[in-house]
Amino acid sequence: MFKTPCSRLSGLIGVSVKRKLVQNVPRCNQTARSLIQLYRRDPANWLTYQHLNFLKRQYVTKNKSELHQRAVPKQAPALTILDEREDGVERQVQRISTIDPVVSQPEDVTSKAQAEISDSTPVAEDVAAQNASVSSVVSKRDETPYVHVESEEAKEARLDRQWKEIKVNVTDLPDIYARLAKVKLTALVVTTAAAGFAMAPVPFDPLLFFVSCLGTGLASCTANSINQYFEVPFDSNMNRTKNRPLVRGQISPLHAVSFALACGVPGVALLTLAVNPLTGFLGALNIFLYTCCYTPLKRLSISNTWVGAIVGAIPPVMGWTAATGCLEPGALLLGGLLYSWQFPHFNALSWNLKEDYSRGGYRMMSVTHPGMCQRVALRHSVGLIGLSALAPVLDVTTWTFPLISLPINLYISYLAFRFYHKGDRNNARKLFFCSLWHLPMLLLLALTCKKPRRDPEDAALPSASSAS
Amino acid sequence: MLWGDVDITKRSIFRPEATSTHDWIGPPNPLSNLRPIVYHVPENETELEKRLRHLRQDTEDWNHDFWTKQNVMFTKEKDAFIFSQLNAKGLSVCDEQGRRRALNAEEMAVFYKSFLDTNRVRHADYNREWYRRNFTITLLMARVALNNMWKTVTDRHSRKKSSTPTT
Repeated sequence: MFKTPCSRLSGLIGVSVKRKLVQNVPRCNQTARSLIQLYRRDPANWLTYQHLNFLKRQYVTKNKSELHQRAVPKQAPALTILDEREDGVERQVQRISTIDPVVSQPEDVTSKAQAEISDSTPVAEDVAAQNASVSSVVSKRDETPYVHVESEEAKEARLDRQWKEIKVNVTDLPDIYARLAKVKLTALVVTTAAAGFAMAPVPFDPLLFFVSCLGTGLASCTANSINQYFEVPFDSNMNRTKNRPLVRGQISPLHAVSFALACGVPGVALLTLAVNPLTGFLGALNIFLYTCCYTPLKRLSISNTWVGAIVGAIPPVMGWTAATGCLEPGALLLGGLLYSWQFPHFNALSWNLKEDYSRGGYRMMSVTHPGMCQRVALRHSVGLIGLSALAPVLDVTTWTFPLISLPINLYISYLAFRFYHKGDRNNARKLFFCSLWHLPMLLLLALTCKKPRRDPEDAALPSASSAS
Repeated sequence: MLWGDVDITKRSIFRPEATSTHDWIGPPNPLSNLRPIVYHVPENETELEKRLRHLRQDTEDWNHDFWTKQNVMFTKEKDAFIFSQLNAKGLSVCDEQGRRRALNAEEMAVFYKSFLDTNRVRHADYNREWYRRNFTITLLMARVALNNMWKTVTDRHSRKKSSTPTT
C-alpha cells in the first residue's frame, strides 16, 4: 500500500539528482580537463616532490632527466619557480648560491651573489644576474611567482628590512620548538618505538604504552635540538637546513640547550622510573650516540652512517624492553630491521645532495666512496628479506609474515639493484621514496602477523584433560 | 682584505645601532651564508657580559672568514675542474647556442670527492675549534643569565626591605 508513494518519491529524487548530475557534467568535464592539463604539463616542469606533504622535506627537482652542472651562471636572469614547503615560512628566501669570484664589475662583487641553476637546489630561488639586477621569487604568499628587477637602492632597502631583533615572541615559541625538535622525525621515531612495544609478546598495557611513547618522544626532541645546536654554521650553508630556528636567530643557543635539557631530563627520568631502568638507559644511550657520536662524526668519517643506523634501530628495541623489561632476540630482530632499512633510505637521500655535502665538509659515502654507497644500500635491502624470514624463527611473527612482506621487500631490493647498477639521480630518488612507505608497511604487516600468545594455563589444561 | 679577486670583508651596509634593547640579526651574507649579528651593549655592562660579547663577535668574524674562504675556494675549484674536463674532452666552454657547457653528475662526483679529501685536516681543525667556541659561548651565556637573575632577585629583596614603612 505504501509502495507507490515511496517509489514515486524515490523516483522524483532520482530524477532531480540525475538532472543535477547532468547539469554538473560539463562543469566536471571542465575541472577534469583542467586537472588533466595541470598534470600533463611538460614533465620538465613537474615539481615531483612537492606532493609528498607528510615529511615536508626539500628535495631535488627534476629539471631534465639528466641534471647538469654549469660552470658559470647564465647571462639573463633565470627564474625557477619552486614551492617551499617548510612550515614557518620565510616569504622571500635567499638561495644559497655558490659564488663566482670573476666578475666584470669589481666594486659590486661582494654584494651580488652569482647564482647558478644547480642540481641540488630545492628551495625558492633568488637568482642574481651578472649585471646589477636581482630577480626575486616570492614563494608562498601568492601561487603565481613574479620576477622583478631591482635597482641597487631597492636591493639595499630590501636587505635592510631583513634585519630582525633577536627577541623571543612567545606566540612563535611552539612553532620554533617544533622545528627545533624536528617534530615530524620525532613522530616517526615514536611510531617505530610503538611498533616495538606492540610486537612484544606480553599483554598490552595502555598506560605503559603511552608513558613509553612520551618518554621516547622527549628523548628524541632532546637529541634533535642538541644536534641543531651543534650544527649552526653548517646548516646555514646547506639549502635543506638553512631555515632552522638557530640559523635564523629566532632563539639563542642557550635557549636551545635549555629546551633540550627540559625535554631530556624528564624524558629519561620518565623512562627510567615509570617504565624500567633498561629503557631509560637505552634512551640516554641513544641521545648520547646521536649527539656526541653521530653529529661530530658526520664531518670526520663515513662511519657516521653506521652509527646513525644504530641510532635508528634503538627506538623499536626500547619499545620492546618497555613492554617486557628485558632485551630479547625479538627486540634485536626489530632493531635489525630498522638498522638494515636505514641504508637504502639514507644512501639514496645522500646521493642527490653531493654538492651540498661536499661544500659543507660532510664526509658521506655518497661523496667519498660512491661505489660502496651503492653496494651497501643493495646489500641491506636484500638483507631485509633475510631478516623478515628470521622473524618466525624467533617466534616474533607467524610464517605468514615473510610471505606477505616478500613483495615489498623484493620491490625495494629491485630498486636498490637499479640504484647499484645505474647509480643515477632518478634511481636514487625512487629508492628513497620507496623506503618512506616501505618501513610503515613492513611494521604494519609484522603487527598483523604477530605470533598469538599461548597462555600457560592453556598448555596445562589439555595435559590435565588427557590425564583424567 | 682580498681573497683572490673578491673583497671578503664587505658586508651588509645597514647596521642597526648597537644601543637598541636587543641584538639584531641580519640577512645571510652572500659569501659565507652566515647571518651577522649586531650585539646590544647594555648600560652597566659587567666584565662577564663584555667577555661574552667579545667572544661572540670574534667567533662570528672567524666563522665568516672560514666559510667565505670555503665557498669561494669551492666555486673556484669547481670552475677550474669543469674547464679542465671540457678541455680534456676537446670541447669548448660554450656550445653552439652560446650557452655554457655542463658536466653530468657522475663527472662532478670526482671533483666533490677530491675537494673533501684535500680539505680533510682543515675541516677537522675547524670542527674542533667551533665546538670549543660554541661551548664557551653557551657557558658564558648561562653564567650571565644566572648573574642577572640573581641581581634581579637581590634587588627586589633589598627594595622590599627599604620600602617597608617605619612605625
